[in-house]
Amino acid sequence: MSNLIEFIRQPWHWSVAGVLIGLTVPALLILGNKNFGISANLRHICAACLPANIPFFKYDWKKEAWNLFFIGGVVIGGFIAAKLLSDPNDVQISPSLAASLSQYGITDLSNMVPNQLFNWSTLFSLKGLFFFVVGGFLVGFGTRYAGGCTSGHAISGLSNLQWPSLVATICFMVGGFISANLIVPFLLGL
Amino acid sequence: MVKDTNTKEPIQDTDYEVRSLHTMCVNESEHHEGFVGNLKYAVIGLLFGIVFVKSEVVSWFRIQEMFRLQSFHMYGVIGTAVVVGAISIFLIKKFKIKTIKGEAIEFQDKTFNKGQIIGGLLFGIGWAITGACPGPLFAQLGTGALAVIATIISAVAGTWVYGYLRDRLPH
Repeated sequence: MSNLIEFIRQPWHWSVAGVLIGLTVPALLILGNKNFGISANLRHICAACLPANIPFFKYDWKKEAWNLFFIGGVVIGGFIAAKLLSDPNDVQISPSLAASLSQYGITDLSNMVPNQLFNWSTLFSLKGLFFFVVGGFLVGFGTRYAGGCTSGHAISGLSNLQWPSLVATICFMVGGFISANLIVPFLLGL
Repeated sequence: MVKDTNTKEPIQDTDYEVRSLHTMCVNESEHHEGFVGNLKYAVIGLLFGIVFVKSEVVSWFRIQEMFRLQSFHMYGVIGTAVVVGAISIFLIKKFKIKTIKGEAIEFQDKTFNKGQIIGGLLFGIGWAITGACPGPLFAQLGTGALAVIATIISAVAGTWVYGYLRDRLPH
């Protein structure tokens, strides 16, 4: 048993993760005819908490409660992986990324998110305004405008050979390339 | 207050992540599953959350590497997931596999609108900044990165503002 836990604790190869994430698509379909798509939950939260008579939020969100259970599970899974199954070593990132981040004072690679950026004191600064508030806003606004996120379009949509999902996925990547290469370095320098 | 003249056609809801909105919905499960029934989705989510963290898909660093073309890791994860998903859907269609409750599994085609381009670009920009798409945001929270709550609240606000402005945005 302890050997198994040790085995699980190592960082997983991309192919293992890819197969398991891909299997989520048929698992949800076979369990209850559900489409794998996580960003829809952001809409359900709006519909549940603040529908404000907006037509887009006037629907029976309780019918979609399964998805809220799903993300609840994701939070708990994240907790279990971090507390019980974590690898004590730093995240292995490419040396060129490490070198470029160190110019901005990001040298702590011990966590999934850079501790020197994702902390409460940064949150209440100009940098934090961009990394948390503006970034998060773009994720919520953009995914709903696009009708899905990485799970809904890139994984479910492409798996079902939907060309609008391919358009969306290409646009996600183009936005990401521009952002990571031009915008993020600027924001890190703030 | 000027009344809406209502000359514009209502925007078709092409959001296929929200099934209950489709008036012609054919494959929404007839079964109301209730709390206990929904727990099975929580179990899938839990396993999925572990995979997300153990494969470092939730890592801000991995997202930067992906978009700077410094590592194959994320391309490998997403590419493998799409291939496995596509084979699964192919098999479900070919063998007409049913749900565990015996319902037929059917698929809806996605219609194109400009939102996939404009919204897609905006989401891509946000994805690289936050280092997370919506799934990993929740997993990051689980790992104890509590400041991510601010990102999630902002994402909910972004979705709300989209809903509010929807009729005025190009689609």
